[in-house]
Amino acid sequence: MNKIVSYIRSLFLFELFKGLSLTGRYMLTRPFTLEYPEEKAPVSPRFRGLHALRRYPNGEERCIACKLCEAVCPALAITIEAEPRDDGSRRTTRYDIDLFKCIYCGFCEESCPVDSIVETRIYEYHFEERGEQIMTKDKLLAIGDQYEEQLAADRAAQATVR
Amino acid sequence: MSEIRNYTLNFGPQHPAAHGVLRLVLEMDGEVIERADPHVGLLHRGTEKLAESKPYNQSIGYMDRLDYVSMMCNEHGYVRAIEKLLDIQAPERAQYIRTMFDEITRILNHLMWLGTHAIDVGAMTMFLYCFREREDLMDCYEAVSGARMHATYYRPGGVYRDLPDQMPRFEAGRFCSEKDAQRRNRAREGSLLDFIEDFVARFPKLVDEYETLLTDNRIWKQRTVGIGVVSPERARQLGFSGPMLRGSGVAWDLRKKQPYAAYREVDFDIPIGTNGDCYDRYLVRVEELRQSTRIIAQCARWLRENPGPVMIDDHKIAPPKRVDMKDDMEALIHHFKLFTEGYCPPEGEVYAAVEAPKGEFGCYIVSDGANKPYRLKVRAPGFAHISAMNEMAKGHMLADVVAIIGTMDIVFGEIDR
Repeated sequence: MNKIVSYIRSLFLFELFKGLSLTGRYMLTRPFTLEYPEEKAPVSPRFRGLHALRRYPNGEERCIACKLCEAVCPALAITIEAEPRDDGSRRTTRYDIDLFKCIYCGFCEESCPVDSIVETRIYEYHFEERGEQIMTKDKLLAIGDQYEEQLAADRAAQATVR
Repeated sequence: MSEIRNYTLNFGPQHPAAHGVLRLVLEMDGEVIERADPHVGLLHRGTEKLAESKPYNQSIGYMDRLDYVSMMCNEHGYVRAIEKLLDIQAPERAQYIRTMFDEITRILNHLMWLGTHAIDVGAMTMFLYCFREREDLMDCYEAVSGARMHATYYRPGGVYRDLPDQMPRFEAGRFCSEKDAQRRNRAREGSLLDFIEDFVARFPKLVDEYETLLTDNRIWKQRTVGIGVVSPERARQLGFSGPMLRGSGVAWDLRKKQPYAAYREVDFDIPIGTNGDCYDRYLVRVEELRQSTRIIAQCARWLRENPGPVMIDDHKIAPPKRVDMKDDMEALIHHFKLFTEGYCPPEGEVYAAVEAPKGEFGCYIVSDGANKPYRLKVRAPGFAHISAMNEMAKGHMLADVVAIIGTMDIVFGEIDR
């Protein structure tokens, strides 16, 4: 009996029609795709995207040139030069991140004792000229200034688990 | 009379069905394979050598990039080797988190495999459905680690951070109505564990859908049944592991045979095949999808009920909490020491392996007592599998080579390292 049933099923392409009905059903449902770039997928507060350097609320840059991020960077993407500023405080004169070398592991942020270098939620960026991939100190600080509110909120939300 | 001779065909390295950069030199007799000679090494990045020049922790991120579709399992293999070397044990909660994410990784990997294998063999739709579910799992990755693929989440002594209490949500806007946002956020209202439990609840049905499309499908069966048969004895001799071995009917799984992390505590079965052909390996992997779902559900339940530390409380190995580091001098010193110098495990040699989705992924570390490994050797499952290419492909048609490459679940990141 089973043999006959399976023979009839096979003859009438039963399993193919079953598959077709499944895809047909999906054809009529709402698409599950997002219309990027108009719509965007949600981004986690832990997201590790483009880097930024932050400042203290009084406008002073946080980075104290301890070079911990430079030491911990597995890809050797960070280059720091430092000397005392006129007021005697130690600050970086050069802070470069080569984004072509960076592997976005997040160790720089993890190591930073003053929460200065952070990885932001920004994941859409591009370069048009050779050399633009080097994020200089000015560029990094500018990103930090622009997104400070978001950065501070994300860091505060993660403070308990870090 | 013209001379009859075999025809040599270069398959890849730029062939879409070669899964990356496999170059196969095929000696053909008409359309039948006489000899298949895989050439590997086109994706060699020197990960093992690279690891020798950096402190132990800094190589974790490079482990993600070995087998780039089962990221956290690779990390687990490496981290476990270090833990064995240091003779430490991660806290129980970290073990459960690792177990859960290993299984999420397994589903990620098997979905990737299913989609690409099906598309190689001619089933277009599978690819789209598989990637839909991968999206959800990658969101889990992103929620815990901040990266959708290269997580760098496991650390010797635990995991970097505990699970988040909130999932990121869709926002309504010009192109996404309030109602749409609500519909998309349905599973995202709660914590990551809620999101995972929602996934676990609906995933088995989706696996049924995959099976509706493939398992009985006559084209799928014609392309896979009886292709690339490996006997159990031969599979053992060739050094197979993972679904390749189980597909041949050998019930070998490190999660059962040498339990690590929390696998001793969770309940699951290991599926095995009978014929050792491509179709059986497909069935084994599909069943593994279901078993992984079971493990994830159990881990999620446990994690919900048992809060606790996720990192070992030894500041010679794991950095202190950030709040402590900010106002405790000793913690700050530990912090600096760890991120510059790392830790120095005792001299010795260890091997630790995990059951990665593709098979046994192991790390062999030789330590000379310095803060970096003297030598790191990665045992990649794919390498043993691709070595059997000639044996599996001989006598089959050219089109079957694609099915055989697919069934091996080859990723060149780990084979070439």
